[in-house]
Order: sequence, then C-alpha cells, then structure tokens
Amino acid sequence: MLTIRDLGVNFSGFWALKDVDLDVSEKSRHAIIGPNGAGKSTLFNAITGYLKPTTGRVNLDGQDITGRPPHELVKSGLGRSFQRVNVFQDLTVFENIQAALLAHHSRAYDLFTPGARLYRAEAEAILEQVGLKDEANRVAATLAYGKQKQLEFALSLASEPKILLLDEPTAGMSPRETSEILDLIVRIQEAQGFTLLFTEHDMEFVFAIAETLTVLVQGRPLATGAPADVRDDPEVQRVYLGGHASGGKDAA
Amino acid sequence: MSPAIEARNAALVAIGAAAIFAAIPMFFGDFAVYLGAEILIYILFALAFNLMLGQGGLVSFGHAAYFAISGYALAILLTTYSWPFWPAFIAAIVLAGIAALVIGYFCIRLTAIYFAMLTLAFSQLVWAIAFKWDDVTGGDEGFIGVAVPVWLVEPSSFYYFALGTVLVAGTLLWVITHSAFGRVLRATKENPQRAEFLGLNVRRVRLVTFVISGTFTGIAGALFTLFNRSVFVESAWWTKSAEVLIMSILGGVGSFFGPALGAAVLILLDRAITEFTQYWPTVLGIILILVLFFLPDGLIGLFRRKRAEDGDELGDADPAPSRTPAE
Repeated sequence: MLTIRDLGVNFSGFWALKDVDLDVSEKSRHAIIGPNGAGKSTLFNAITGYLKPTTGRVNLDGQDITGRPPHELVKSGLGRSFQRVNVFQDLTVFENIQAALLAHHSRAYDLFTPGARLYRAEAEAILEQVGLKDEANRVAATLAYGKQKQLEFALSLASEPKILLLDEPTAGMSPRETSEILDLIVRIQEAQGFTLLFTEHDMEFVFAIAETLTVLVQGRPLATGAPADVRDDPEVQRVYLGGHASGGKDAA
Repeated sequence: MSPAIEARNAALVAIGAAAIFAAIPMFFGDFAVYLGAEILIYILFALAFNLMLGQGGLVSFGHAAYFAISGYALAILLTTYSWPFWPAFIAAIVLAGIAALVIGYFCIRLTAIYFAMLTLAFSQLVWAIAFKWDDVTGGDEGFIGVAVPVWLVEPSSFYYFALGTVLVAGTLLWVITHSAFGRVLRATKENPQRAEFLGLNVRRVRLVTFVISGTFTGIAGALFTLFNRSVFVESAWWTKSAEVLIMSILGGVGSFFGPALGAAVLILLDRAITEFTQYWPTVLGIILILVLFFLPDGLIGLFRRKRAEDGDELGDADPAPSRTPAE
C-alpha cells in the first residue's frame, strides 16, 4: 500500500537517505531498523511531508503523496506518532482526544457548535481502548511518561489511519512499560487492521512483532525480508546485528 | 467543570456587567456615560484581540490597523458618500475583515516574533496611508464632523447602542471561543506540529482566527468613530496596538473575560491617575511590571485564586489553561 521509489534526502551535500526503495504491504507490521544515524527518522520525515525529499516518489494506495503537507497526508489515511512525546500538554487527556476527533471529522471550522459536547462517546471509546479511561480528566503534562506515550498513540488512532508510522514507540520506557505498549499496539493494529510501519532500537521488540524487516545503513536499505531471513543474512550480521544476533531467538 | 455550567456562569457574568453598564446613564452624568462608552468599546477591542492572543497564541502588534480601517471607512461612507447608517456600518466592519484576510494571508506564513513584526509593519502602512491620503482621510488634521445619524446624537442613545452591540459581539466571541473551532485553535496554539499531524491545516486555522479577530476589532473601530464623531490618524498608530495588548495582559490572556476587565481597569486608572500626575506612563509601567511578576494570570487570576481558596467553582469562564488537575 505504501510504495517508495528512489527516495533520497540531501542535506547540503550529504545524502542522509539515498536510493531507498520500499514496499509496505497492506495490514503488515513492517519495521525499519538500523544503527543510530542510519536515517530512520529522516526516512519518516520524508514520508510524512516534514521534509521535502531531494529525489524519488512516495505513493500511498496508488496516490502520489511526495512532499505533501502533513495535514493532507493525515486526511489521506497516514498517521504518525513521534519519538519524543508530542501531545497537547496543557489540555486534559479527554480534550486531547476530542481535539483529534474534531480535526478528523472536519469540524475545525465549525464556529458555533460547542466543542465540549462533540464526540464524547467516541473519545471515551478510544480512551477505554488504550487504557487511559481513568486518566481522562488529568492534564496531559501530569501523566507519567509511559502514559503520555499511550496518549500519543491514542491521538494517532483518532484519525483512523490506514497506515500508522511509529517512530521508536518504546523509546525511554521501562521494560514493563515497553511490553505493555507493545501488547497494546499489536492488539489494536490487529483489531482495526491498519498497516504499521515503525522504527525501533529494541531488537527483542522488533523480532517479537515485526512481520517484515528492513535494515537501513548509512541512508541505504541493506536488506528487506522476514525477520528470520534478515537476521541470518551474512552481510546484515557483519555490518549491523553482529553480537546481537542471538538476541533474536524468539522471532516470530 | 461541565460546559453547561461554564456557559451559565459566563451568562451570569455578562448579564451582571450589562446591568451595571445599563444603570450608569440613570444615575450618573454625561462624563460617566462618556467614560462608560469608551470602556465598552475597548472591552470589545480587547476581547476580539484576545481571540488571537489567548486562544490562538498569536501575538499581533498591529491590531490598530483593523480598528482604524473600519473607523475611517464608516466616517467616509457616512459623510463623504452620505450612505445610510446600516449599510455603512456593516460595510465598514466587512472591510476590516477583508483587510485582515489580506494582511493575515501574509502574516500567518511567519511565526512568533516575525509574525508580530509583520503585523506591525502592515499596521504602520495603514497609518501612513491614512496620514498621507489627505483628500479622503483628512490626513494629519483628522476626519472631523462625521455625519452620525440623528438617533445616535444623544450621548445616552449612543451609549445604549454601544452596549447592545458589544453585548451581541461579545456573546458571539464567547460562542466562537468555546466552539469546535475554538478547541481546535487551542490545540494549534499548544502544539502546532502535532495539530498538523491530526489533519489540521494550522495556517488556515490561524488565518480564519485572524479574520474573525480583525472583523470584531472592526466593530469596535466603527463604534469609536460614532463615539468621537471624528477619526484621527492616531487610531492607526502602533501605540493603539500596544494599548490593547497591555489591556489583555493586565486582565489575563488565559481567560475569556480577563481582557475585558483589563480594558476597564486600564481606562479607569488612566483617568484617575492623570488627575493627579502627568506621569501616567510611568505608573502604567510599574503596574505592568507588578502584573508580569506577581500575577501571571492577570487581574482575573486574583479572583480565581480567591475562588480556589474558598473551594468554590463558580464563575470560572475560562476554558482551561491554568486549571489544576484532579489527582
């Protein structure tokens, strides 16, 4: 459903991304891994309209979305969450979700209907789903870090994405929080049937949930395939996984 | 607080304030009526301005432009072209909205200080046009002798007209602030990047805000022309923009009614202190410093703090910013 061809991003002479071809198939869980500085975040920024790619095209369901601004991408079914927590800090958890729902249902220019009364049931359903129901009336800034990440994920769900891009969803989380959010992400992805494209540094996580894996090294894709195949690829072993190879024993 | 209670409290505040204003001509003389009318006009100006500042986080340093454009337009249409009152009044306000649309189109492309500077540049341009275009605006001398309709000549009849207009316009601004649009606007203020990734066209939301704010500022500007029966080029000067900014900060930008309180207090203080000393700007400076240091929520914060101590939720008309979370 997401097709990337010849994508390149050049930062004043330096190719942060080059010759990236990528096919993400519908309803799959596709992980991008790679060492720090491999270009994972740049790739996400180039896909999501945050950065204008120097070369190449990005297609979503046959539609060319290259370089389109984020708000248009969201409307065509692409959702994104961020590596560092990115929610509306001074709004309550409930208001956060409500704002997302108002945007999704194109009520942004409704000047006269009281905002507080709209989409209450929908907001409650989403909070129930991600397990934030008890925190509904708390101001987002007062939530624990892991809960904020959950909220961030919930915000992306409100726009009912066809494909969701998660940039290191477990960054900065404790092992317990990590496994909780993982369960949550997989459960909701399977229930709603959207496509998941994510970057992650936690190899255990990657091998536990990814169905397809792409290794990115120095801005170029090195290998793509099923996690077990990619892990056993000698070149991947050499340049990246190295000593971590045994960490993937519980691969799906 | 539930939206219904919030709306009820706001209505109580508005009705209470309107009743006090309505009583002024019955008990006091012309000077009080004159002062009351000026306060009413600035209340509307500040409320319109704060839709951008408080709700949208957009610091405009050029709101004098819309105030003056509408003010001059009404004077010219009524006097030079002898238009009937209502078409002239409405056309003047619409013109301020159109000016906000054109100027806003450029300004929303910038953010923060650059946004503020561009709004200032445009308003100085409006000032320069008013100053130089002698034949039409009266230039430096001002536009004197506006053909105000007979039914508005009596000070108290203008006063009640202003009160009614400010009440209707203020109610509309309250509804807009608490609408779906108002919610979305707050989201774009807090985190424009995330708002974009919810599918919001942040620039367009800001442009719509700019136009609404400019239009309501235009209503205040038109009232000001009827009030003075003349328009002076100072209306477009940057200090007018600064004045409304100071009123909003003094009263409290985080609350809907804060800027209205700020407008009333600032005008009353100005009058009271000018009686005793010519150093009003110095006094104003000191007041501002005190507010910035000790009352970050503005004067309205005093009421709210007191209410929190009393454990009473009544009267809070503010959609949230400084709300304490329920643990």
